[in-house]
Amino acid sequence: MGRAARTLIFATACGAGAVATRAVLNRRSPRRAGAREDARHQRWHTITVNRDIAEVTTGDRLPQPLADLSGVEVRFRPAPGDRGTEIAVRLLAGEPAGAATIRNRVAGDDPRYAVRRALRETRSLLETGDVLLPDAPATTRRTIRNTPLEHATRHGREEGLL
Amino acid sequence: MKALTWQGVDKLSVEQVPDPGLRNDHDAIVKVTRSVACGSDLHLLGGYIPFMRQGDVLGHEFLGEIIEIGPEVRRHRVGDRVVVSSFIACGHCWYCDRDEYSLCDNTNTNPAITETLWGHAPGGCFGYSHAMGGNAGSHAEYIRVPFADVGAFSVPEAVSDERAVFASDSAATGWMGADLGGVRPGDVVAVWGAGAVGQLAARASLLLGAERVIVIDRYDYRLQQVEKYVGAEAVNYERGDVATELRERSGGRGPDVCIEAVGMEAHSPGPQFAYDQLKQRLRLQSDRPIAVREAVHACRKGGSVFILGVFAGMVDKFPLGAMMNKGLTVRGAQMHGQRYIPMLLERMADGDLITEHLATHVMPLDDAPEGYQIFKDKKDNCVRPVFLPN
Repeated sequence: MGRAARTLIFATACGAGAVATRAVLNRRSPRRAGAREDARHQRWHTITVNRDIAEVTTGDRLPQPLADLSGVEVRFRPAPGDRGTEIAVRLLAGEPAGAATIRNRVAGDDPRYAVRRALRETRSLLETGDVLLPDAPATTRRTIRNTPLEHATRHGREEGLL
Repeated sequence: MKALTWQGVDKLSVEQVPDPGLRNDHDAIVKVTRSVACGSDLHLLGGYIPFMRQGDVLGHEFLGEIIEIGPEVRRHRVGDRVVVSSFIACGHCWYCDRDEYSLCDNTNTNPAITETLWGHAPGGCFGYSHAMGGNAGSHAEYIRVPFADVGAFSVPEAVSDERAVFASDSAATGWMGADLGGVRPGDVVAVWGAGAVGQLAARASLLLGAERVIVIDRYDYRLQQVEKYVGAEAVNYERGDVATELRERSGGRGPDVCIEAVGMEAHSPGPQFAYDQLKQRLRLQSDRPIAVREAVHACRKGGSVFILGVFAGMVDKFPLGAMMNKGLTVRGAQMHGQRYIPMLLERMADGDLITEHLATHVMPLDDAPEGYQIFKDKKDNCVRPVFLPN
């Protein structure tokens, strides 16, 4: 099937409300403490990739590293105005809320971390074939004052608004 | 290797740090020949951008020789003399496709910081804090250059190191201000700031056909350079009212394009300076936008204001009423070097664009802390210190 035909069918599916969706359930993680079942806390984390949807959704496989995520639902749709493809991911077990958010972030195991990192790295891999690594070895020294910034940079691709 | 490192607010020192190595297949390692101090570094030095760690290497405007390349580097070879864009771009994302390279989606390895601060993350930059990716800077003997095919440009033989190094950031930033500010033939252009970026924005405006270009500063030695090397008019804001001068020199209309090349530590002889400085020190605002306010107020109806100076956070008393009611276009950007550097190098080769006079203090890297002090205090007629690491 040609690229144009694949895109057309995909777009039609979107129009019918049946957005192409792939649920990755085989390694579904248990529901986390503090996660809410409320649908409002199952937000979509969305990123736009500067690639045609036919290049992003090849066959039945998810692009790496999205394929490595567990307990998530993944959705693709063409971005408007030839802006590429929108990739959206949501945690099936819901998002941490309230005190659990702070607890998970401090402990470094917020389930959104893996989603954000996977989305950012997927975009980079699809667009450039690579994921930029920070400089190493570092020239910096650890200080007490720098602890918050060090924490922020350790989760540089995992925190944020995505 | 030796490198100039940030050790704390107003503390710099030259230290031994680990040599950089190839980390990605598109990387190159560059032996730095010349590296320029930038006015925006002073914001890091002064602690106005609080995302520095002890030991961070400063510097983002540089030129050097490629000594090692990754397996995916195609456009360059070992031995190439290159000037490198201060902002790092992948060349493949939606923004790079549109020549907005400093907005690159894939080169800031810490996007969360600026995404949280500003809503979305710009690309990475050399030596410009962990908010911009934490990349080691160029005030060092060697530097790793990611996506070298996109951001490093071979320097034509006809262009000297002394001239070419300013294509890395100052000339590209200045040109962008005039270009994206929409300078057209016949325009009157006002530029706030007679540092390297302001001078080169003024020069770009003239080369794009502006009829009259007026540069505003308080240092006579810089304004003399404007008249001598740029061919623009000069106004010392400590000896007259800028708004009145600009109105007179533009037939009462106001400048068509106003380019702000000052940034978050602007000065003024008026009471607003004391107001802004007090609020900044009390952390009630992060930036002092004095030149931006003046530019918005002075600009003609329907004109354009372009903000080239670096701002980090929030400002107070922004003249939104003037902007809205005069129908102004206000734009800003970090510099899209990859878009302009090849053209700038050609203009440098042709002699249209000269920059050597900006390098007022050329010194070994060992003297860089002293160079920054002279630069910060504007002593000894300093415009830009240039460091020679090798």
